[in-house]
Amino acid sequence: MLNEREREEIVELLRQETHASAAIPEALKVVQRHRGWVSTEAVRAIAHALGVDAGEVESVATFYNLIFRQPVGRHVILLCDSVSCAVTGHDDLRAHLEMHLGITFGGTTPDGRFTLLPIACLGACDRAPAMMIDRTLHGNLTPAQLDEILNNYA
Amino acid sequence: MHERPLTARIRSGETPVSLEAYLAAGGYRGLRRALALSPAAVQEEVTKSKLRGRGGAGFPTGVKWSVVPAGTQARHPIYLVVNGDEMEPGTMKDRLLLESDPHQLLEGILISAYAIQADEAFIFLRGEYHLAAECMRRAIAEATAAGYLGQKILGSEYGLAVRLHTSAGRYMCGEETGLLNALEGKRANPRSKPPFPQVSGLWGQPTVVNNVETLCNLPHILANGWEWYLGLSRSSDGGGTKLYGVSGQVRNPGVWELPLGVSAREILDACAGGMRDGHRCRAVLPGGASTNFLLDEHLDLPMDYSAVERAGSRLGTGTMIVLDDRACPVRMLLSLQRFFARESCGWCTPCREGLPWVARTLEAIEAGHGEMDDLEVLDHHVAALAMPGRTFCALAPGAMAPLQGALTYFRDDIVRHIAEQRCPWR
Ligand SMILES: Cc1cc2nc3c(=O)[nH]c(=O)nc-3n(C[C@H](O)[C@H](O)[C@H](O)COP(=O)(O)O)c2cc1C
Ligand code: SF4
Ligand code: FES
Repeated sequence: MLNEREREEIVELLRQETHASAAIPEALKVVQRHRGWVSTEAVRAIAHALGVDAGEVESVATFYNLIFRQPVGRHVILLCDSVSCAVTGHDDLRAHLEMHLGITFGGTTPDGRFTLLPIACLGACDRAPAMMIDRTLHGNLTPAQLDEILNNYA
Repeated sequence: MHERPLTARIRSGETPVSLEAYLAAGGYRGLRRALALSPAAVQEEVTKSKLRGRGGAGFPTGVKWSVVPAGTQARHPIYLVVNGDEMEPGTMKDRLLLESDPHQLLEGILISAYAIQADEAFIFLRGEYHLAAECMRRAIAEATAAGYLGQKILGSEYGLAVRLHTSAGRYMCGEETGLLNALEGKRANPRSKPPFPQVSGLWGQPTVVNNVETLCNLPHILANGWEWYLGLSRSSDGGGTKLYGVSGQVRNPGVWELPLGVSAREILDACAGGMRDGHRCRAVLPGGASTNFLLDEHLDLPMDYSAVERAGSRLGTGTMIVLDDRACPVRMLLSLQRFFARESCGWCTPCREGLPWVARTLEAIEAGHGEMDDLEVLDHHVAALAMPGRTFCALAPGAMAPLQGALTYFRDDIVRHIAEQRCPWR
């Protein structure tokens, strides 16, 4: 089920660990980097590659916020809904994004372009309200800026 | 001008301080001095400096180290774990240190590791800190190539390997025993204490968990001595400077390094530039989401551990969040409680079931469907969960801190939501 590159990367992770289970979170990230999300088949394949129990891999996969157990869009928008953003305009941003994209938190646009998720404080409260798209942080946001920012993501 | 050793080399908008620039500014002098001392002498220096942990709990760093079995009792491998999870809402200080001056952190890691005779150090970063991870990765390579990491550091007998781990994302990864489980590749549920991590931590081996900011103090304590470090502080409660922050509707939100014990008002006015036009400050959370509110009358108190505690709150991470008069306190509280409910690890029932109940109750009140009995539900949760002991870890008591304050200070606002069946701010 895993492709050559995924398998190589996971073998490399294993090589660095004395305890195979320590490689589980990173192995999940490897698969997610290649496929965007982690399917049940992938959970089983990772368990097989690491020589650990599939239940162990699944318990980790379903615990962490940044591991997706469902397909996501090409770009993932993580909109901070924590306290500093809540008092500086999060609600307006959320309303604008939901209207513009036609989805709510947890949803993916029908064209597969964006998934919208809430995220805990991004440590950018000095630039609140903030969000992260893929690996890029955007701060001091106003609803008016959002459309322009989204246009940069195909 | 006061001294600000941790941030002196940081220029805004510039690339991280390189090894060359760090050395030119006197970097790795603290490590040289540490390596010339015995590990016990390094511990003593840090204990005398009165450095207290900057991760939120304020535990004296030297004392924490002293619990690690040493000498003939030592059980290797010993681990140092760097807590760079920084998911406490309102907190943005470790990010600055990680992204701007990575060698300062590496030097701090080396000194801490030497003091406990650690064999390996793990830097645990939250998954969203991509820039910080890149920056640390580069610095580790630079330091290794120059002989500051690896075997026989600077010609001594001491050696240390440093590894970087980026999280898959969960607030509980910041709790020190949850962090150890996360590093072992498990869910970040906490572990029961005792045994304390210093005796049985990562893989059952002696382990110290130190916060990023805590570690960044060490190079300066070792280079300049504990007396100098004590003198940086305005408080009798601890030594050094502190990274304070302000977010919310202030003119100039940010993070500043100031003497420990400056007043909240000084930080709010002189550093954060006061409130934005049309906004008035009603209250602040002094040190992140899990600290109780302080009112205007408390703002002249020194922002140190004991004074903030006497005012009914905690210094926490030292990064304040301002509630202004144009923001609805119930809405703010809802954001806080949604966060805690979502991040509860589910290990113990009162937290797993109680926090979502609190969040749902606030949701109803905020949406205009609240009932007067809801106040009792909220009071009941505070009574049950605010004191440590009913839950496995400090997440649930932390969640109750701002709720308790809001039920006292903003009770009228909550009642108005219920009486009018709407949010008066909308
Ligand atoms: C739910 C929870 C989350 C925490 N998150 C962090 C964190 O992100 N960073 C941190 O340094 N400490 C965090 N702490 C505190 C740690 O448990 C621990 O006290 C700290 O890392 C010790 O380092 P210090 O002594 O240098 O402060 C958290 C505690 C709790 C209960
Ligand atoms: S208090 Fe909450 S976060 Fe802590 S162990 Fe219990 S369920 Fe988990
Ligand atoms: S609260 Fe949104 S970035 Fe900190």
